[in-house]
Amino acid sequence: MADEVVLLDTWAGTFGMRVRIALAEKGVKYEYKEENINKKSPLLLQMNPIHKKVPVLIHNGKPICESAIIVQYIDEVWNDKAPILPSDPYERAHARFWVDYVDKKVYPAWNKMWLSNEEEHEAAKKELISIFKQLEETLGDKPFYGGDTFGFVDVGLITFCCWFYTFETYGNFKMEAECPKLIPWVKRCMQRETVSKILPNEKEVYNAVVEMKKELESK
Amino acid sequence: MAASQEEVTLLGVTGSAFVCRVQIALKLKGVEYKYVEENLGNKSDLLLKYNPVYKKVPVFVHNEKPIPESLVIVEYIDETWKHNPILPSDPYQRALARFWSKFIDDRVVGAAWKAVYTVDEEEREKNVEESFEALQFLENELKDKKFFGGEEFGLVDIAAVYIAFWIPIFQEIGGLELFTSENFPKLYKWSQEFVNHPVVKESLPPRDPVFAFLKRRYESLSASK
Repeated sequence: MADEVVLLDTWAGTFGMRVRIALAEKGVKYEYKEENINKKSPLLLQMNPIHKKVPVLIHNGKPICESAIIVQYIDEVWNDKAPILPSDPYERAHARFWVDYVDKKVYPAWNKMWLSNEEEHEAAKKELISIFKQLEETLGDKPFYGGDTFGFVDVGLITFCCWFYTFETYGNFKMEAECPKLIPWVKRCMQRETVSKILPNEKEVYNAVVEMKKELESK
Repeated sequence: MAASQEEVTLLGVTGSAFVCRVQIALKLKGVEYKYVEENLGNKSDLLLKYNPVYKKVPVFVHNEKPIPESLVIVEYIDETWKHNPILPSDPYQRALARFWSKFIDDRVVGAAWKAVYTVDEEEREKNVEESFEALQFLENELKDKKFFGGEEFGLVDIAAVYIAFWIPIFQEIGGLELFTSENFPKLYKWSQEFVNHPVVKESLPPRDPVFAFLKRRYESLSASK
């Protein structure tokens, strides 16, 4: 039976990009359906009635939600090549911990920074930078978070890198100055076709965010 | 590795639902471990060394390798000691188990706490509504299964110990009628089944001290109005 794989996502969504990278790493063919967050499709509402969010992976009619969970699912189902999680249980726990850290910390800090008033802005900016400094420390001298190979945490974090220009512009700082060791890692990940083909252009992301902010402010 | 060579330690506090999750998993697997009671008002060097990022409990240490975050720990325990499995073997079922466990952490834990431990009435009401909605999703998901894991309890049941043991305590303290057999017949029946399961029963903290502690917190909150 041929596998039917569908992905509901948005082009600038950092969480959905993780899924797209994982599918590409495994060479899985899938149908991509772009969702409009302001006008969610009936399919999305049916497949993710609880959170009504993207990404949603639909494999042979069965939906899987939450990007980190989807990536683990992909790794377990298409287990014949390009392992994403390490095989050692401790390394796996480590990887899950750091992806969970990215999930818990990055987006809320960014949200606070771009939606806040002037007073809160500085505090939110400091928080965002400290989160990336922590991630820089975690990487250490390894080529990838997965060690010698591109792995779960690399997939989990690299997608936020196309948002660096946006963070920098709104926050008035330079990631390269604050977290210099992260930049070579970003470049290394971008050398992978699976990553470079999927991550959108930084400026396009920024323009979309500017538009979003205008819309929010006009409401 | 022979049992005598394993060094298993759990840093925790009595009365933490997150620590309890780990204790249930360890009890299910029959793993012996050293328990270290932490004082969160005066965190030990050990805790700060083993969980520098969050400085919280539980922290599980296996042969000197630390792992924080209760659900990450439970998965690790399941992968290391393979008998009495906690997660299902089918990838889709595993994804569902992870989804619902995360749902409990994201949508139930915070809201249920704030449904009682919030001074502002409007804010509190909002959290009561959110808790209700979240519990309804779980009621629907449970359907007629004995446990979320099926015939035997699994990851979601372990994550939901918060609902089975802690929510009833909060609501008694706060005079809230949220998690009742009228509102959630299936979930309520599940909670009775779960807290009385021999493995779980032996892992739960004694109710009275936990109740007393949480009541004191509630009273000091109301007093600060």
